[in-house]
Amino acid sequence: MSAPIISIEHVFKEFGSVRAVNDANFEIAPGEFFSLLGPSGCGKTTLLRMLAGFEVPTRGRIRIDGRDVTMVPPNHRPVNMVFQNYAIFPHLNVASNIAFGMRKSGLSKRALADRIEEMLELIRLPGYGERTAMELSGGQRQRVALARALIKQPRVLLLDEPLGALDKKLREQMQIELRQLQQRVGITFVFVTHDQEEALTLSDRIAVMSQGDVLEISTPGALYEAPRSRFVADFIGTMNFFDCTLREYRDGVATADSAELGRVRTTCEAPPAAAGEGFVLGIRPEKFQLAFEDAEATGNAVRGRMGPSAYLGDRSHFYVYLEGRDDPVSVALPNLAKSLERIGGTGRDVWLTWSDDAAVLLPGEEQAGTKREGR
Amino acid sequence: MNAARTASGSGPRWRVRAWFMRSESGRGYALLSPTLVVVVLGLLFPMLILTTMSFWKQEYVDLVRTFTTENYAAFFDKRIYSLILYRSIRISALVTLVTIVLAYPLAYYIAFHVKKNKMMWIVLVTIPFWTSYLLRVFAWKVILGYNGVVNSGLISLGIISEPLEFLLYNPTAVVITLAHAWAAVAILPIYVSLEKIDRSLIEAARDLGESAFMTFVRVTLPLSLPGVIAASLLVFIPTVGDYVTPALVGGTRGIMMGNIIQSMFGKALNWPLGAALSIISMLTVTLAVCVLLGATRWYRKKVG
Repeated sequence: MSAPIISIEHVFKEFGSVRAVNDANFEIAPGEFFSLLGPSGCGKTTLLRMLAGFEVPTRGRIRIDGRDVTMVPPNHRPVNMVFQNYAIFPHLNVASNIAFGMRKSGLSKRALADRIEEMLELIRLPGYGERTAMELSGGQRQRVALARALIKQPRVLLLDEPLGALDKKLREQMQIELRQLQQRVGITFVFVTHDQEEALTLSDRIAVMSQGDVLEISTPGALYEAPRSRFVADFIGTMNFFDCTLREYRDGVATADSAELGRVRTTCEAPPAAAGEGFVLGIRPEKFQLAFEDAEATGNAVRGRMGPSAYLGDRSHFYVYLEGRDDPVSVALPNLAKSLERIGGTGRDVWLTWSDDAAVLLPGEEQAGTKREGR
Repeated sequence: MNAARTASGSGPRWRVRAWFMRSESGRGYALLSPTLVVVVLGLLFPMLILTTMSFWKQEYVDLVRTFTTENYAAFFDKRIYSLILYRSIRISALVTLVTIVLAYPLAYYIAFHVKKNKMMWIVLVTIPFWTSYLLRVFAWKVILGYNGVVNSGLISLGIISEPLEFLLYNPTAVVITLAHAWAAVAILPIYVSLEKIDRSLIEAARDLGESAFMTFVRVTLPLSLPGVIAASLLVFIPTVGDYVTPALVGGTRGIMMGNIIQSMFGKALNWPLGAALSIISMLTVTLAVCVLLGATRWYRKKVG
C-alpha cells in the first residue's frame, strides 16, 4: 500500500456516556473506494463526520494526506461530503449550487461557467444549470450534490448513504455510475452504507462496524467467503451456523463432529481449534446442494425434512429442518431449468450435501455483536 | 361523487349538492365564508366610507357632501402633513430595523442553540404581551422619565448630577418603546423560518469551504429571509399608524401621523381631512412595503 491518504489513529468518540466509535485504527489508500458498513447506530456516520470535521474525536488523531486534521474545521479540510439528504441549497439554482464552493477559486466568470458545464456533462445533466433545486428528482439531486463536491477536486470524497433515498432500480443504476465516476476522477471515496449488497458491489475494501467497533476490514470477496467473526459472517449475506468439535486436523483437512451435521470434513489452512475443542462452522445457503435420495456416502451430507420454500425468479429459497436443531437451515438454489415445476414438497425427506471447501470456520466463542437475521 | 350518489335521488337539491361536492372553489369559499363576511363588513365597507368621506368637505360642524379634492390638495399645500408622514415612516423604519436587529440573534439562539425546553423560551418571549400595550408604554415613561428609573439610578450612582432630559419626549423614546413593544412579533416569525432550515445545509456550506460567518451570509440569512420580511411587515405596518406611544412618550418632536389623524377625527373635527390623510398614509405604507419586497427580491437574485 502506498502512503495512506487517510490515517485514523486510535480514534474514540463519546457522546455523554455513549461510546459511538471505539478505537478505530486503520488507513485508507489513495484512489480507494472504501466503505463503512454496519447496522444503524454502529458509529459509521459518526466516523465519517469526524473525517469531514463536523465532530471532533474524544481521543485519537486523524491525518489526511499526512496532515493532522483532528482539530481542523470542515472548511479547511481537503475533503468534501455528499449528504444523505443531498443538502441542495433550495434558494439557489443548479449552477449556483455546483459553484457554491468555488467562491475563492480565483477562476474568472467564464472559466467557472465552463467548469460548471463540464461538471453537468460529467453527471449527465447538461443544460440543467438554470433549473431550481426543487425541480429535480431524487437521483438528479444526488448527482448535483456529487458535482458540487467534485468541482472542488477534493483529495477525498465522503458519501453518507447517498443512495438510501432512491428506489431500487435507480439505486442500482446509480451504484454503477458512482463506481465509474470514481474510477474516472480517481478520487478516494469513503462511503457509508447499511446495505451490505451495495457495499459489496461498490467497494475495494469494506470496514464492518458494530456498536462502535470496527470488526473487520477486508475486500468484498474475503468478507463474504472468509469472514473472521460470526457477526460479520451473519451481517454480510446469510450464513447457517453449526457448533462443532474438532476431531483431527491433518494435511489441510479438518475432521469434526457436529450434533446436527454428524461427521464433517472441511479444508482449511490451519486448525480452527485444538483437538477436542469447539468451533463454529458456517455454510452459506447457496453452497448447499439438495438430493432426494440418501447421499451420505458421497461426502459431507445430512438428512433433513423440507420446510417452506420461496420462489424468487432467478433462484429459490428453501428451509430444511435438521434433527436436533430448532432453526431451519437456509438453502438457496439457482433456477437453472426453465421449468414451471418447482422442487418442494413440505415434509419430504431431503439430503443436504456440500463440498469440503464450502464451509467457513469461525472461532467458537460468541462474538460481542448480537445475532441478526441476514437477508 | 359518492356523497352525491348517496344523497336523495335527483332534483335541484341533489344537483346543487353534486356541484358543491365537485367544485373545489365552491368548497373553498364555503370554508372561507365566515372570515369573508367579517372582512367585507369590517374592512371593505369602512374603506369605502373612508374613501368617500375623503372627497367630502367639512364646513364648521357641517359635512358638505359634494365631491372635492380639497383635502388632498391640503396635504400637498401644507408641508406639516408630509413632514409628519415622512417622520412617521422614518421612525417606523428605524423601529423595524432596531426590532429586527435585536430579535434576530434571540431567534437564532432559540432555533440553533436551545436544545431542551424550546417551548419555554417561546413562552418567555411572549410574556410582555401578557400585559396591556398601554401599560408597557407607561412602563417606559417610568423608566425614561425626568425622575425615572434611569435618571435616579444614574444620579444615585453619582454618574450625573442633573436628570437627563433627552431621554423622554422625543423620537428616540418612541423608537425604544415601540421596538420593545413589538419585539415578540418579530422574534416568532424569524424563529420559525430559522427552525425550518435543514441543518445539513449549514454543514454543506462549511464543507464546501465557507467560514461560519460566510455560511450565515450565504445560506442561513437568505433562507431565513421570509421570516425577516414577515417580521418587518408585522412591525412596520402597524407602527406607522401608531398614536398611543408617540402621544405618551414622543413629545412634540415625536408626533406621528396617527396623532394628526386622531386629532382630525377628534378635537379638530375635520373628518374628511382625517380620512384623506388616512388614505395617503395607507398608500405610502403600501409603497414602502413594495420597495421593501422589491429590495429583498433583488438581494435574493444577487445571492443566487
